[in-house]
Amino acid sequence: MSAPGLLAAGRAQIQRDLRLVWRRRGDALQPVLFAVMVIALFPLALGGEHEQLARIAPGVLWVAILLAGLLTLDVLFRSDVDDGSLEQLLLSPAPLAWLIAMRVLVHWAVTALPLLLLTPVFAELLFLPGRLLTPLMLSLALGTPLLSLIGAMVAALTVGIRRSGILLAVLALPLYVPVLVFGAGAVVAADQGLSSWIGAIYLLAAGLVLALVLAPLAAATALRIALS
Amino acid sequence: MNRFLLWFHQTGSPANFDRYAARWAPWAFATAFVALAVGIYGALFSVPPDVNQGENFRILYIHVPSAWMSLFIFIAMAIQAVIALVWRIKICEILAMSCAPIGAAFTVITLATGSIWGKPTWGTWWSWDARLTSELVMLFLYIGVIGLNSAIEDRRAAARAACFLAIIGLVNVPIVHYAVDWWNTLHQGETIRLLGPSKMDSSMMWPLIATVIGTKAWFVGSLLQRARATNLEHEANKDWARSAYGATQ
Repeated sequence: MSAPGLLAAGRAQIQRDLRLVWRRRGDALQPVLFAVMVIALFPLALGGEHEQLARIAPGVLWVAILLAGLLTLDVLFRSDVDDGSLEQLLLSPAPLAWLIAMRVLVHWAVTALPLLLLTPVFAELLFLPGRLLTPLMLSLALGTPLLSLIGAMVAALTVGIRRSGILLAVLALPLYVPVLVFGAGAVVAADQGLSSWIGAIYLLAAGLVLALVLAPLAAATALRIALS
Repeated sequence: MNRFLLWFHQTGSPANFDRYAARWAPWAFATAFVALAVGIYGALFSVPPDVNQGENFRILYIHVPSAWMSLFIFIAMAIQAVIALVWRIKICEILAMSCAPIGAAFTVITLATGSIWGKPTWGTWWSWDARLTSELVMLFLYIGVIGLNSAIEDRRAAARAACFLAIIGLVNVPIVHYAVDWWNTLHQGETIRLLGPSKMDSSMMWPLIATVIGTKAWFVGSLLQRARATNLEHEANKDWARSAYGATQ
């Protein structure tokens, strides 16, 4: 039997993952619900003043979406470990890094993309000035896949642990710091009328390119270490 | 086999490492004790008060060596981690994992003394500048390495996973530093420089050199001691350990 090509293996992996998500579509809503709740808590805690909310809006939106992503990291490889299909991925003739890249792609499309599409609504809830929506959307569009890729490395390292909850957050947050600084920083810089905000976007883009190449390889190494 | 490689392999075997560590750890601690005693004496009594900061600056002699050590140990840990993952040398896994708690302790000392120093000189306990933030992130990374190492049941798998995290973390620290640096120059304008451009007078310098040597030696002693303990724990059922430490059965 000849091994399937890269594209065929990738397509099969995506189809399987999407089907799994579709069978449990209620779970896919969790990150959105979480982000809505976090975002709703801020006006309730701070009072509904327009200017104050508008000032903290970029940071709050970024943090809410980052935390929503963090919540879903644990499920990235969990069910595969439980039912043994992860071992099959390790044994598969297709490169593990490629399969992981497909997995992260599906994970991002299911958890982060809905949040990204709802960001204009969230922004309205916090009275974010309209001119800042473009920088925010750009930074999130580049930042959330970066967070997913970095998260995949950490999730791969912790697959051997049954209840990884808070440990996963401790491991992931230091690695998320630069993304958050550049992502939220770009929006704040745009707010102050600095033209250099686009520089942060370029840096995020550069980081994303690097992570697209390196993170699946690192995650594959981590998985092999964790399951050896 | 050349002599260096031979030495490397011989020291790397658990039984030899145990003897090696037992022989050198007391010497390292003795060096550390003498150097730190001399350095602290110099810092507290012999060095004159600073023109600008008065007596406050004397905390520098603890703060600066600890800050160097927190970074130095992280690099040492990552190097051990690379060796452990590439050549699968067991003793390097143990050494890398023994680095983490020592490094975390030095990082906590750095953050604490920095805060105490910051209050009278900057008027604040904390500032989100690049150095402080990267030091804090480094503490989280140390805690992550320790946490991951203790969370996985199989010890070798745990050490290897934590080693990998240490390598990822080493890449992360400079990125955080430059990210916050960029962010701050964009927003704050004024940056607080710890040591400033002023050069230290040589009369103020020698206690610092003594404490730097002292903390390095302390790290070596502590590392050997910790690694030896972990090594013995792993090897408790081996013949060499049982005969060397007089197990009866």
